[in-house]
Amino acid sequence: MTFKTARTGGLALLAIIIAAAPLGFSNSYFYDVAVNAMFNAIVCVGLNLLIGYAGQISLGHAGFFALGAYGSAILTTTYGLPPLAAMVLSAAAVGLLAFVVGRPILKLKGHYLAMATLGIGIIINIVLKTESKITGGPDGMSLDNFSVLGFSIVGDRMWYWTVGVLLVLTVWLALNLIDSPVGRALRAVHGSEVGAEVVGVDTSSYKVLVFVVSAVFASIVGSLFAHKNGFITPDIASFFHSVELVTMVVLGGMASTFGALIGAVILTLLPQLLAAVEQYEAMILGAIMMGTMIFMPKGLLPSLVASVKRLGGGR
Amino acid sequence: MFAAFLQYLFSGLTSGAIYALAGLGFAIIYNSSHVINFAQGEFIMIGGMASATMVAQGMPMPLAILLAMLITMAVGVALEKFAIEPARNSDVVTIIIITIGASIFMRGAAQLIWDKEFHSLPAFSGETPIAVLGATMMPQSLWVFGVSAVVIVALWWFFNRTMFGKAMLGTSHNRLAAQLVGIGVKRVLMASFALSALLGAVGGIVVTPITFTNYDAGIMLGLKGFSAAVLGGLGSGGGAIVGGLIVGIAEALASGYLSSAYKDAIAFVIILFVLFFMPNGLFGKRGTDRV
Amino acid sequence: MSLLKVEKLSKEFGGVHAIEDLTFSVEAGHIHSIIGPNGAGKTTLFNLITGVYTPSSGRVLFQDRLVSGMKPYELAALGMSRTFQNLQIFFNMKAIENVMVGSHLHLDRRFLPSLLRLPSVIRKDRQCRESCAGLMEFVGLVKYLDADAASMPYGALKRLEIARALAAKPRILLLDEPAAGLNATESREIDEVIKRVAATGVTVVLVEHDMKMVMGISDHITALDYGRKLAEGTPAQVRANPEVVSAYLGAHA
Repeated sequence: MTFKTARTGGLALLAIIIAAAPLGFSNSYFYDVAVNAMFNAIVCVGLNLLIGYAGQISLGHAGFFALGAYGSAILTTTYGLPPLAAMVLSAAAVGLLAFVVGRPILKLKGHYLAMATLGIGIIINIVLKTESKITGGPDGMSLDNFSVLGFSIVGDRMWYWTVGVLLVLTVWLALNLIDSPVGRALRAVHGSEVGAEVVGVDTSSYKVLVFVVSAVFASIVGSLFAHKNGFITPDIASFFHSVELVTMVVLGGMASTFGALIGAVILTLLPQLLAAVEQYEAMILGAIMMGTMIFMPKGLLPSLVASVKRLGGGR
Repeated sequence: MFAAFLQYLFSGLTSGAIYALAGLGFAIIYNSSHVINFAQGEFIMIGGMASATMVAQGMPMPLAILLAMLITMAVGVALEKFAIEPARNSDVVTIIIITIGASIFMRGAAQLIWDKEFHSLPAFSGETPIAVLGATMMPQSLWVFGVSAVVIVALWWFFNRTMFGKAMLGTSHNRLAAQLVGIGVKRVLMASFALSALLGAVGGIVVTPITFTNYDAGIMLGLKGFSAAVLGGLGSGGGAIVGGLIVGIAEALASGYLSSAYKDAIAFVIILFVLFFMPNGLFGKRGTDRV
Repeated sequence: MSLLKVEKLSKEFGGVHAIEDLTFSVEAGHIHSIIGPNGAGKTTLFNLITGVYTPSSGRVLFQDRLVSGMKPYELAALGMSRTFQNLQIFFNMKAIENVMVGSHLHLDRRFLPSLLRLPSVIRKDRQCRESCAGLMEFVGLVKYLDADAASMPYGALKRLEIARALAAKPRILLLDEPAAGLNATESREIDEVIKRVAATGVTVVLVEHDMKMVMGISDHITALDYGRKLAEGTPAQVRANPEVVSAYLGAHA
């Protein structure tokens, strides 16, 4: 199966699943969970470009998500801007921050890069908790609905369809990028930085580019999440949230857009399924993280694909 | 004025000592395996929680402390054996996620085994504050300094004067060469995790009378210990100690003179500063890639 | 005309003078070899020329333009390409994709068009894939056209790196020990590839230990020892130079 058929097929399958899934939803709770899963999926598709394809890491991405959320909250509630403008402005600000911070940070590698991104995420978290006059502090902030030109997105069903379309669009964009010279350059950076440099790839710029792109994805989702929930707290910028996002990406499969999507869905659904055993939730999450990395370091989807290939004819 | 400064200084030195021990734990594990153990903070938490809950249930304190240390060391060895060893040849991102997963797992287990409450130990030699030049210091702080100093000296003696300790140092410099001369690298690895766990536990036990502990206490302590290790230069034991004290004092002074709300941010600002401007830290080695 | 000029180039690493006061030039269209015992500084020299290292002093000129201190990706844009002694293959990609990255600078690299999959991006990509398949044929890797880089043998990977370097359409190609680790047959194949490359007009600078290959293929040779130029000239001249002989065989006159 060539990449082309895999990607068209995958996109079509995704669209069908999104369109058909509500047939199994018996009440709006299902819609709600589904929307959260799709929110996470969009963030993870972007984060996967950074971690899976470009081979970098970010332990602070929840910070960008939160900045998008709080940006929208502050700009709409305190300054009365229309939600769309607030979302775009926040995304632009986050993009700028990611650019400014990205240049020096992405010169680091491995552990150092992980710690630097961790530091940024935690600092964002602390600032959001402390500057209560602007952000409402640990008690959080509330927002109105997301509306464009008088038309509001209200209720789980409307959100479901809106975010569903957004998800398909995001996956399409990501797949386009990966199968282009830019995408190959990113993967080359992961493969060998100096090898990429000598054929003309400005590796620093590409790393910053993908960092900014993934930060902007997170910011946009953060804004939408804030409007849908109507209420946000600084917890959305926590280290734990950043770790969750990274786990989703690596669980589903690095360097696999659909893998990241699947990872996001699984880890969003898991707490719902484990509601009965909620006290074990942390242990199970930790065990999943360790188990996946030890036994399936490439992630679920690529490992599954590899075993299917081996079973189906050992090519 | 001076009294206030001294007060902040004592407070900073006390927490700094704990960060130093945590940073040393990071350094030891990093040296033997090039792994950054995100679960280091949980060792501190387990030491404190285990001893506190056992004492609360009536066990004599010395016994509780000893048991807590042994339990933590066992956890450290288990971590190495079941989570790190199987993934020994994986890349950095993979191992980072494994140790983060381990720390989340341990925290979840701590919640279940104990609870979410804050716990404390009685101060080792009473709670009467000692007056020093206008400032006050808790006797427990003296315990913190004293125990840390003893531990550090013991470590120095171990690494420089005993066969096994020297073997560990050799492994950290060149693993293959160490294997070739017959050093059991697996045992060295296990020992380094046990040792780091012990360091964490000691720190946790000795500081719990002052700061209390709960299942969540490990994260921040661990991350600040990491800040100490990075500041000192990843891999440098002495650097970790100096780094820990600097982080502790910087935190206390900033909290006292600037804003206590941003106290926690100091350690992370330090991490960023070091990583941007002197990634090798104060005492770390510089390296170049061979192409 | 001298395509590449190295003038009084020096590089030290904390007291070790890897390259000291080195001056030589490479003529366009030549196959120019750099030889020397292990540790003579040959790979350091390559890294200096290709921007991986910055010189401690001295200059590198490419097409009469000062390039010392430029980054590798800037030098690639000027027409300089190289391979590595320790393979720097992208093992996370297919073989053909490795070569396609080589032509990075000749493709439509704009971000928005890539994101939106505009026809111009697709068209250039398809052309690229075809010409890169041609390059793989040129270096003798036809049977690996659909392979993953990670599954290819060492000898094939060395040739893949050359194909990648050629995809950049360079004026000058620097090969760092292309025959290292290869057996006699594979070495001969690489030899053929190098001759074919030179025949297309690309200037080749070669670092190699295989003396038979070097003497047989080179128009000009520069010999190094301890980071300094020991001798230079045609193969016959260099082979007869007593200092070169003693550097390789030990001083016994």
